[in-house]
Amino acid sequence: MKKKLVTALLLCCGLVLAQSHPAVAIRNAKIVTVSGPVINKGTLVVRNGLIEAVGENVAVPADAMLVEGEGLTVYPGLIDALSTWGQAGAPPAAAATTGRGGRGAATPATPATTAAQVMTAIASTATAPARGPEDRPQTTSWIKIADELSPTDRRIESARSAGFTTAITFPTRGIFAGQGAVIDLLTAEKPGELVINSPVGQYISIGAGRGFGGGFPASLMGYIAYVRQIYLDAEHYKLVKDAYAKNPNGMKRPEYDRALEGVLDSPRILLPANRMVEIDRMIHLAADLKQPFILYGGRETYRPEAVELLKKANVAMLLSIKWPEKNRDADPDEVDSMRTLETRDKAASAPAMLQKAGVKFAFYSDGLDAPRDLQAAVKKALDAGLSREDALRALTLTPAEIFKVSDRLGSIEKGKIGNLVVTRGEIFDDRTKVEMIFVDGRKYTPAVEAMPMGGRGTPTVDPGVNQ
Amino acid sequence: MRKFLLATLLAAGPLCAQTYVIKNATVMTVSKGTFKGSILVKDGKIAEVGEKVMEPQGATIIDAANQYVIPGIIDCHSHIAGDGGINEGSVSVSSMVDIRDIINPEDIAIYRALAGGVTTANILHGSANAIGGKTLPLKMRWGKDAQGMIFEGATPGIKFALGENPKRAGNPTGGAINSGVPPRYPATRMGVEDVIREAFVEAKAYKAEWDAWDANKTGIPPRKDLKLEALKEVLEGKRFVHAHSYRADEILMLLRVADEFGFKIRTLQHVLEGYKVAKEIAAHGAGASTFSDWWSYKMEAFDAIPYNAAIMQKKGVLVSLNSDDAELMRHLNSEAGKGMKYGGLSETEALAMITLNPAKQLGIDNRVGSIEVGKDADLVVYDKFPLSDYAKVQKVLIDGQIYFDRDNEVSGRPNKKAEKQKLIDKEKTRAPQGAPTRRAGQ
Repeated sequence: MKKKLVTALLLCCGLVLAQSHPAVAIRNAKIVTVSGPVINKGTLVVRNGLIEAVGENVAVPADAMLVEGEGLTVYPGLIDALSTWGQAGAPPAAAATTGRGGRGAATPATPATTAAQVMTAIASTATAPARGPEDRPQTTSWIKIADELSPTDRRIESARSAGFTTAITFPTRGIFAGQGAVIDLLTAEKPGELVINSPVGQYISIGAGRGFGGGFPASLMGYIAYVRQIYLDAEHYKLVKDAYAKNPNGMKRPEYDRALEGVLDSPRILLPANRMVEIDRMIHLAADLKQPFILYGGRETYRPEAVELLKKANVAMLLSIKWPEKNRDADPDEVDSMRTLETRDKAASAPAMLQKAGVKFAFYSDGLDAPRDLQAAVKKALDAGLSREDALRALTLTPAEIFKVSDRLGSIEKGKIGNLVVTRGEIFDDRTKVEMIFVDGRKYTPAVEAMPMGGRGTPTVDPGVNQ
Repeated sequence: MRKFLLATLLAAGPLCAQTYVIKNATVMTVSKGTFKGSILVKDGKIAEVGEKVMEPQGATIIDAANQYVIPGIIDCHSHIAGDGGINEGSVSVSSMVDIRDIINPEDIAIYRALAGGVTTANILHGSANAIGGKTLPLKMRWGKDAQGMIFEGATPGIKFALGENPKRAGNPTGGAINSGVPPRYPATRMGVEDVIREAFVEAKAYKAEWDAWDANKTGIPPRKDLKLEALKEVLEGKRFVHAHSYRADEILMLLRVADEFGFKIRTLQHVLEGYKVAKEIAAHGAGASTFSDWWSYKMEAFDAIPYNAAIMQKKGVLVSLNSDDAELMRHLNSEAGKGMKYGGLSETEALAMITLNPAKQLGIDNRVGSIEVGKDADLVVYDKFPLSDYAKVQKVLIDGQIYFDRDNEVSGRPNKKAEKQKLIDKEKTRAPQGAPTRRAGQ
């Protein structure tokens, strides 16, 4: 209840500010609504941050700033379905690779700048190594990234220049990293202006074996056991808390546990699954946890059997758009396994496969944020058989549906948030230019030579494939 | 799920349940002698065994003239088919973790074990701590998913470990000064005993708490603790203890602790000094799963003899030979053969140590371990006498399906190689697009 109120207040603030921006009308443009048919020549009005009207015969309001849309196409703003945009110095939300020999999730050492990271750092280093699940290792489940946003994150502008208006941004450090939020990629003074919805899920990462020493957990099975124990504890915690709330008199009060509070606050969980084995494993785990869940990673979803698993479990997949490539510095004499070779060869065909099978999937940037990289990554999926319409959907309406915000985001419809990308030429084409972007009805133009190459997140890693 | 897997995953693997007649073979049943004859395999089970068996219409005939058939080999101690480490070595009691959660059905070691005639393997947690993780036997059903690998209905286990590994002797990360890793209790054999004892004191209290609640199931149930839950199952006899051990003194210690707390040690693993305390092991009813002739790789493994298996067996201990290693796993047949040289075991006794005896130790001998009517059709066809170093596995059946066929394997290699080369060449034509792994300023 309180949470809702806060969210509502934040939204109100956004609206109040947006009012200072004039209404905008885009006339005679091609409008790709995503949710409905394409309007070949239509008008779109955005006011107070919302889409006020869209259609072929919409009149341009007298007070609106007019954009002549001849030759332009309007799309819903793109959504990064799993992001760290809007956070300062955050590592990319990459699916942890697991494999024999302890290849862990290598997160680059970036300065701990957000409160979340500071707290994670405290949890992981300053205290003694965890002696078991009861020490809540690598857990900051209570952190809401909505409280930790950094509107000055330079990636906001970079991503926006590539047509992204929205990110579903998550804290990504730790096993229970914390709760994500749907945010608008605004250049704003107050972090609160960015938030569309919070919390929208708990980001869980599962590392691989570290061998001896260094605290619990040190193996994949330790990570999984910890996740299991947390949900057993949460269930029990809730029972005791409810009983106490009903009649505290004469009952010993349950000890407040912020880790469990954070878990209970989260409407869904995000579980990492790149290899087919991991997809299968996480589907089984989630069923035992009895939690609504989404998978992220999806590197091996080019395999028909993996697609079938997802379809059967009726689970949504957040698909990393950073396709695996051979490591540039790899030993030229080392021959990769058949699976690794196949994965690099076929990974980009996964979206087309998922689409064909009717599995719900959305793309996520996974550390890419330079417009040309994002564009190249989408292009690769198109080359591998994904239709432009389906690619667009996986970057707009589908992520909005997955995170249950499709009532306000993801398509061009009256009443939805005024997040738009306006291009000259068809979106995802090599020569297409992003002309302007609207976020919350505010107009932005793409940065000239947006983002040098330096902003590309972590290095591409070899897929974590066994053998 | 299973149907789908059969249809797609196993495209190159076993076909749907077929009826087979293996003819003209020397059948080494292990439980009922050796004879020349045939085996009828139907619906995944051994339907008939004898000099002559029925040949139903449509049955596939496998002519095994001059060849041998034995029950599928069972490895009582293996660490293959797991993802992300087999040791949760961070704590001294890690019974909350479970091998079941990390099965990797795509581990190539499974296929290689299969090629060595292994059809079932007990996948154990490592020996980093006094009480390790939960374990379970898998069937080597290469091509199935994780669930499809699990030996359905088998009693799960738990790994215990004694001696140098849990006390971390000589382990650079074991809490040595300046190792950068905080020390972990225990550091002595006394401490190992204490850890086990403390854990079971705790587990007993936990069990009492649950038993009290289970009696009338009213109010809020106790908190479920995965670590203690596994030990509660041990106390209830629902989970087998497989205990890594070397020295006679620590073996006796563990048997005493188990007796004191009222649970059984199902198997002692390695148990290289078992020959010294075989009578006591037999009296407790523990099985022993050892190596044929592998020792001296550490201090506590010096006082070993190749007669260990045979001596323990003669003193009434149920003995099996295991691999503990993905490579050794591929020739357990010759490991068993060594038992004939050292200790004078009979062919059948030696063979039993990698088939029926481990099946009994794992409580799955009603399903596997010998060639008997009604048992799972887990069979291995060898071209020569199976306990010989020169014997090669020709075919392996699990549940009446062919999972390994040497002819197919060998003839399929050129294709696989070409396919791989194609991908390598294809990749060479593409410009590398990955970001460089090093960048100034990062």
